[in-house]
Amino acid sequence: MYPPAGYYGVPPPQQSYPSIPSHATSAPSKASITSSAHSQNYYQNNHQQQQQQTQLPQHQVAPSPYSAPPPSQPYATLPSLAPPPSNAQFNQQAFQQQQTLYTTPGPYYGQQSYRASPAHPRHHHHHHHQQQQHHPSLVSPPAAAPVYPDVSYPSASASSQYAPHTSSNTSTPGVMSTQMGAPLHQFSALPPASTAVQPGYGTGHQTAATVNGKGSTEAAVQNNIHQHYDQSHQAPHNYNSYSGVTQSSGGADGDRPPSGTPSASVHSSPSHHQGLRYGYVANSGASSASATTSGAAAAPSSSSTDDDDEEEDEDEEAGGDTSSSSTGSASPVPNNYDSLEGGSYPDSMPPSNNMTNQAPPFGSYGYHGMQSAYQHEQAPRPDASPSHSVYSQPGYQQYSQPFPNLSQLSAALGGLSGVPELEMEALRPVNLLQERNLLPSRPLEAPEPNLSPDLKKVNCSPQTFRCTLTSIPQTQALLNKARLPLGLLLHPFRDLQQLPVITSNTIVRCRSCRTYINPFVTFLDQRRWKCNLCYRVNDVPDEFMYNPVTRSYGEPHKRPEVQNSTVEFIASSDYMLRPPQPAVYLFVLDVSHNAVEAGYLKYFCESLLENLDKLPGDARTKVGFLTFDTTVHFYNLQEGLSQPQMLVVSDIDDVFIPSHDSLMVNLKESKELVKELLTSLPAMFSQSRETHSALGPALQAAFKLMSPTGGRVTLFQTQLPTLGAGKLQSREDPNQRSSTKGAQHLGPATDFYKKLALDCSGQQIGVDLFLLSSQYADLSSLACVSKYSAGSVFYYPSFHHIHNPAQLEKFQRDLDRYLTRKVGFEAVMRIRCTKGLSIHTFHGNFFVRSTDLLSLANVNPDSAFAVQMSIEDSLADSSLACFQAALLYTSSKGKRRIRVHTLCLPVVSQLSDVYAGADVQAITCLLANMAIDRSISSSLSDARDALVNAVVDFVSAYKSSVSNLQQSGVVVPAAMRLFPLYILALLKQKALRTGTSTRLDERIFAMCEFKTQPLPQLMRMLHPDLYRLDNMSDQGALHLNDTVVPQPHLLHLSAERLSRDGAFLMDCGNVFYLWISKCCNETFIRDVLGCSSYASIPPNMSHIPDLQTPLSERVRAFLDWLQDNRAFSSPIHIVKDDVSAKATLFQHLVEDRSESASSYHEFLQHIQQQMSK
Amino acid sequence: MAFTFAAFCYMLTLVLCAGLIFFVIWQIIAFDELRTDFKNPIDQSNPTRARERILNIERICNLLRRLVVPEYSIHGLFCLMFMCAGEWVTLGLNIPLLFYHLWRYGPTAAVPSLCVVPSSQTPPAALFRFFHRPADGSEVMYDPVSVMNADILNYCQKESWCKLGFYLLSFFYYLYR
Repeated sequence: MYPPAGYYGVPPPQQSYPSIPSHATSAPSKASITSSAHSQNYYQNNHQQQQQQTQLPQHQVAPSPYSAPPPSQPYATLPSLAPPPSNAQFNQQAFQQQQTLYTTPGPYYGQQSYRASPAHPRHHHHHHHQQQQHHPSLVSPPAAAPVYPDVSYPSASASSQYAPHTSSNTSTPGVMSTQMGAPLHQFSALPPASTAVQPGYGTGHQTAATVNGKGSTEAAVQNNIHQHYDQSHQAPHNYNSYSGVTQSSGGADGDRPPSGTPSASVHSSPSHHQGLRYGYVANSGASSASATTSGAAAAPSSSSTDDDDEEEDEDEEAGGDTSSSSTGSASPVPNNYDSLEGGSYPDSMPPSNNMTNQAPPFGSYGYHGMQSAYQHEQAPRPDASPSHSVYSQPGYQQYSQPFPNLSQLSAALGGLSGVPELEMEALRPVNLLQERNLLPSRPLEAPEPNLSPDLKKVNCSPQTFRCTLTSIPQTQALLNKARLPLGLLLHPFRDLQQLPVITSNTIVRCRSCRTYINPFVTFLDQRRWKCNLCYRVNDVPDEFMYNPVTRSYGEPHKRPEVQNSTVEFIASSDYMLRPPQPAVYLFVLDVSHNAVEAGYLKYFCESLLENLDKLPGDARTKVGFLTFDTTVHFYNLQEGLSQPQMLVVSDIDDVFIPSHDSLMVNLKESKELVKELLTSLPAMFSQSRETHSALGPALQAAFKLMSPTGGRVTLFQTQLPTLGAGKLQSREDPNQRSSTKGAQHLGPATDFYKKLALDCSGQQIGVDLFLLSSQYADLSSLACVSKYSAGSVFYYPSFHHIHNPAQLEKFQRDLDRYLTRKVGFEAVMRIRCTKGLSIHTFHGNFFVRSTDLLSLANVNPDSAFAVQMSIEDSLADSSLACFQAALLYTSSKGKRRIRVHTLCLPVVSQLSDVYAGADVQAITCLLANMAIDRSISSSLSDARDALVNAVVDFVSAYKSSVSNLQQSGVVVPAAMRLFPLYILALLKQKALRTGTSTRLDERIFAMCEFKTQPLPQLMRMLHPDLYRLDNMSDQGALHLNDTVVPQPHLLHLSAERLSRDGAFLMDCGNVFYLWISKCCNETFIRDVLGCSSYASIPPNMSHIPDLQTPLSERVRAFLDWLQDNRAFSSPIHIVKDDVSAKATLFQHLVEDRSESASSYHEFLQHIQQQMSK
Repeated sequence: MAFTFAAFCYMLTLVLCAGLIFFVIWQIIAFDELRTDFKNPIDQSNPTRARERILNIERICNLLRRLVVPEYSIHGLFCLMFMCAGEWVTLGLNIPLLFYHLWRYGPTAAVPSLCVVPSSQTPPAALFRFFHRPADGSEVMYDPVSVMNADILNYCQKESWCKLGFYLLSFFYYLYR
């Protein structure tokens, strides 16, 4: 079926398919199919829009950065060819071949469940567009070429072939693939597990399309599979050469070409009835406004494709290095998700596309091994064309080389893995008083649980789901003995690059505990599976017996649900009583004199205007605006008006809604009016003299306005609310700011905002608060409105549009991200865990609706959650403990979806194993959450004491558990060697510090951040990464695209590590500081900053100029690379070595003594004293 | 026993104690209601149920909170009466609960500084802190936003059962005095 090799280069010409329906024609047909509530127009329009949007990126992408010929291209064309809409010969051929390959019984696919779903037409449609309009870009399709050539999913045979490799490479079967083994991994990666186990659901929509199309386009499926597989492998191991390839291909193909696959005729075919549809949809990025939603129209169950927006995600899964791919994103490729879909395991990092030169030792080794493996695989495949092999070779060579430094580093990090040596390393006693160089050279990574390689491969990414103890103690007694908290850190809705999306009539769940089927269940036989949480034996439904990927029957264990620990289901109508709500956004703006002074309004309006089309949503999206000072103003934006009408309600004691249907308007219909309002709004209030703020009434109005639908309220506030309900008094005593006793008024002053938040939560309204205030505004009270309605809080102290450009820039960046990021509505999250474990406390922004159910009116990709757990019954009878977080939400496209993450961890009975598996970062974050709670409910000093006690307890517990320990001093296992340092850093954070002048609002905001930031971000805020930039070498550098990303070593946060002649970069998570010391070498200043000398560096410099010098390129590449991993882009501040600026930087040097806090060494001595008491 | 003030005290406390028992039983039922959400998980996660459920939680929490002061003051009254009547033994039996109530309702300053990390040696301090009023601000006992945390709920339920036992025993004690 594969086109002749020669064919590849050619853009898929439109002419080759004579029968392609034109754009116009196809649309209607689709529309007819999807007879849904939604208007046809909408879809069509959307399509067009979307395509246009998405295509832009494509162009850029096409000239892909990779110097090597994007291997994927050849294959890429396949999908497009395969799925000729008109059921051309191609299709048929494809079928046949596939059949033979897979030996799927013929009947299945005729009748089986995969029918064309309504979504098809869309795909089809889409596809055509692309072809017509963008020939060149089309060439590169979805599939990662190299990947797929060889691995055949189906079967055991494949796996067996691999097996030898695995064994040979990874010497011991039990060996954990820790990062340490990086090179090895590549080998092992290919292996059986991946093939056999993960046949493929890797890619999203593509599959869906194919599947729907009667599976006719196998090629696409295969591609997906392969990719997936590859990446999934890689996921665990950070770098994978392969993924690089994949990625590139992904990037290259802009859109969702694959989706084009289904033939138009499909829907008309008689066989079109409801069956189980298996959609494998990739989520599209918000940016590409995937209007294509398959259709709302489609019955809930039927829509297989949807494009929700999965934006690019930059995880740095394997620590910084992995994320090398990020550069890729830095490249013009706009991360439209489509391109990203290229498919990977959710967490897999976008791989290192470009690590071409990484040479080293293992590279060649790995490569050979792999290759042979591939060849093996190829043999069986009928369709393996010569071109495959050709391609794969070069591709592999280039990409398969590991990073030496990474592997070393990971070894150094001591992933706590099952490898005995590693475990030993993790347990090596470290005397902190003697050993001073504790930091690894690269940022710390999550320890890997000690599981069998098979399980490890499918386990949930630590980015999403992390447990404080990667080895779960068997009993509560053991846990108590360890003196470490047990809990989970979750980032359930984070942007994933690639996510298997499943549409099926029945979502298979345990009958008693309602757990979703997951990779860790056991199949007793073909018809029964045993729940891994409650151990009940369940039946496998008939539908589940069919595997849409291999199109084979009787292999339930190969279904994507069972192959991926992170999946997303499109929920059927069972999961909703009312139709899913549309995306509704209300902006509540403070326009009092104070706000006008601060000048945020203009920038907000600009930003919103710019992003109006990028707001996540569909044709039903509604927006509204509300402003307030001493009165509340509504805006009538009803379609048909010549200009927006302002309605003023001055009765703030009893706010009413002046007009019910015209205040929240359909964005699409009233877009002109909205734009007009946004343009005129800043000027309207420029003369405002009202100094009071009636926030409470405005929020009540917002609540009333939103109650019928639910949605998201975005609140901008610039001062203390002084009028009406919810008014507040200033409670801050400036003289107490630096009190050593602790801070007062950490709790809310009134219940008003909390009650309002609960009301909002009940009506599915989330409130996000932007506080831009120069004065005390009682954030502790105001934040409640977001805290319990699952919103987020942003705070810009001393915001002023002229006087504080740094805050302004941050505000603008945050807004851009905020407005365009994905959003889920009316969500609930339930966390289940293996019988015997119980969850008892939740941290984050939400309302706890039932003991295991969190109610999230809105869910956003940037907020994380933490839970504490206890062990109620002994886990002795099971060797694994599992945790499942299921997030049910309504996407901005009005689709009910369930995202399920499952984490599996080993259960251990030895204290040493518990310590070996301790995840110091997760523990620190969980303790931070607990300390915040404590400081609010009790007192700050109490919380601080508790933190110190946590260290003391742990160290004493360790000391007593290791009886033969002769050393005196503070001795901890190597896995936990950073624990005291992190706790000290925690004590010096704004949230918890005493003795240093800290504004109350800033303190409260820091607390809010602790509760909601995802772990990597939190750790960078807590313990910033410090690098020296002026003498970076290329040793161990990453090579991405054509850029070289140097990897300087981490430095301890101590002034002694800074030198008078250096330039240092501090990465604080939400901000970068570049510190230029007085004697910094002139070349650095000239080459990087573009200034002639130290003296000529301007005082408030906040960007790095684009200079063409090699050094500047390195520095910028490194910064971009760091930046790529985070949702909100961080500004950079150039800090000169003078008194005022230094203070901001030096407060982050947590190992040093400050005016009020002890140094690290003193802290350790304090611990030692406490222990001896 | 002649009809002394002490006898009067016992009779009165008997009646009030019965009242307390009903309070506590009601509390137990309330906690149970909090704990058991809709049985059908699909229902449970349904957005339309959210409002209902939240209102329910708020209502129950409000009632619970409203009963706190009456219950504590009735019990305080017992102690006062027994003190006046010179029934030192009975008073001694009730004093621990009185202090517990004071502690429970008292300001935060009373909370002993305890380890954050759950441990076998220190009492589950994390549980207690939720019941205390912060130095300023409103009542957080039975706070609807935190009461659903399993540890708090468990603690409340246990507390109610213990109190039920205590009140029942003291009821019979008063009865047969």
